[in-house]
Amino acid sequence: MIAGRRPNLSLIAVAVVGLALLIALPIALDLYTLLQITLYTIFAILALSLAFIWGYGGILCFGHSAFFGLGAYAYGVATINMGESTGPLVLAILLPAALAAGLGYFMFYARITDVYVGVITLTVTLIFYNVVNSTAGADYHIGQALLGGYNGIPNIPSLNIPFNPDDTLEPEGMFVLCMGLLLVTYFGLHGLLATRFGRVLVAIRENEQRVEFLGYDARLHKLVAFSIGGGIAGLAGCLFASWGNYVSPGIFSVVQSAQIIIWLMVGGAGTLLGPLISAVALSWLTVELGKQQLVNAGAVLGAILLVFVLLVPRGIAPMVTERLVPWLWARRRSALVPGDLAQESKA
Amino acid sequence: MDLAIVVAIDFLYAIATLMLISLGLAIIFGMMRIINLAHGEFMVMGSYSAAVAVHHDVNIWLAILVVPPLAVGIVGMIIERLIIRHLYGRMVETMLATWGLSLFIVGVLTMIFGNITEGLPTPLPGIRIGAYQTSGYSLFLIIFSLAVVFGVFVILRATRLGLLARGTMQNPEMAAALGTDTSRIYAATFAFGAALAGLAGGVLAPATGVFPTIGGSYIGRAFITVIGGGAAPIVGTASASTLFGIINQIATFATNPVYGEVALLFAAIILIRVMPQGITGRYLRGSL
Repeated sequence: MIAGRRPNLSLIAVAVVGLALLIALPIALDLYTLLQITLYTIFAILALSLAFIWGYGGILCFGHSAFFGLGAYAYGVATINMGESTGPLVLAILLPAALAAGLGYFMFYARITDVYVGVITLTVTLIFYNVVNSTAGADYHIGQALLGGYNGIPNIPSLNIPFNPDDTLEPEGMFVLCMGLLLVTYFGLHGLLATRFGRVLVAIRENEQRVEFLGYDARLHKLVAFSIGGGIAGLAGCLFASWGNYVSPGIFSVVQSAQIIIWLMVGGAGTLLGPLISAVALSWLTVELGKQQLVNAGAVLGAILLVFVLLVPRGIAPMVTERLVPWLWARRRSALVPGDLAQESKA
Repeated sequence: MDLAIVVAIDFLYAIATLMLISLGLAIIFGMMRIINLAHGEFMVMGSYSAAVAVHHDVNIWLAILVVPPLAVGIVGMIIERLIIRHLYGRMVETMLATWGLSLFIVGVLTMIFGNITEGLPTPLPGIRIGAYQTSGYSLFLIIFSLAVVFGVFVILRATRLGLLARGTMQNPEMAAALGTDTSRIYAATFAFGAALAGLAGGVLAPATGVFPTIGGSYIGRAFITVIGGGAAPIVGTASASTLFGIINQIATFATNPVYGEVALLFAAIILIRVMPQGITGRYLRGSL
């Protein structure tokens, strides 16, 4: 209704480009580059999950890596025990979603808002980091899976074709799966935001009190949104563990949480495409910076966050859609108008 | 009896260090409603300035007590000018900006000093209590922390500068109308908080060693102590440190230091859920 023709056009454009990449990249690229891009798509899914709960739900989750890490560990532990990846994949989504639901109930039903949500989520991440870090040694295991403490869990099996443990995904298949899931997540969240639930959620971000006056239960909406975001982050964690066949407690670190927030802030909170693209771009930048010794990657990312908060507080995407595009339109129009007039005067 | 004394020292040490690492953050949060997530890195800069001073043959006491607050105070003043000034009244943006700053400082320190642990000599010998051996430096840290907290209280309460600062925080327009240069007061307050962070980093350096990412282990604890304490910087920090310090030590004795830290974090989550405004927001409103 409010969304006119233009957003639909841009959605179609994203779908076309996404499908084109999905088909073309495995053919066009060498294996190493394809593996890297698979990782970027996983991070893009992770960025989307935070874009949904922070950018649209207004929930300042400072410890998003808790869900990402829990998904990765859940997948790792479950798949080592079960020797098959279908159940673990589901578990890696449900467990972080359940954690988010519990945490959301704990916070939102006590009317905890703003910065305090940030404090609590960050603290939860610190708890995970401390606990998992201390699980070195043979005493700490879940089933057959040794937790490994700061060494992490190596040799996590890759995802396989459902219920067929011998048929694990090749890198090409893994790319198609991750890219496909990225598109599903993107369009799924878009669809969700167009529903009544999504609109109430955005209204809560704008003014929680008014929404409650109108009779909606803001707490429940935030709780559901938070769980969905947690589940998607868990999915990204599962893909990450399967991609690298490895997971370590570093996944729970504060730096990891900061990284997700940087993707969001640079891309633009309040959009989905912005964080998606900036997650890919900044992950690429991080990998490139890691290849040289001169400049520390953390210093660059920190400086980027700092500059964006100070100078481009709304991120790149709103700047492109609200400033650059109208400006280009205005230029084209002003370039066209004299020509049109000239033609008319001839006629 | 000897055991009781040693245990008491452990508890006091936990409380005192918590107080010491939180105080600078608490001043900045309580007075200016700003959460400085680069606080841990301010402490690390303090530790490194002490280490560099020791390497240049500065007296150890001078290196840990005088150099760090001066160095970090100046850095704080510059950062207030460049970054914080533009974000007053926007708490979330300030947190994000200082988070970026913290990553930046960690990166720069890693580039300068490398990812290795730098040790500082402990300037005090161990002390025997009956059959037990305890660190003399721990005792010094306990007394020193209390002295710092008391000193800050006196500065805020009894000096003209403290009065101007408190007035500016309560009602900036009125303070400005009465002729106070509020922007300088803000800068001075932030620099003061930064200097306290530097001091904490300096005196803790001999006990913990220094490496670029150690700030990460401070910021979590300092952050929740300050939020748990609430708006009043000194009473809040003291009460929250005492509560969390005791919980931390009990859990440490019962299990191990890792679960001591975890118990502290759990306690903080529950405290924030029950009292989002912190201990002083609930019980000791309007205190310092």
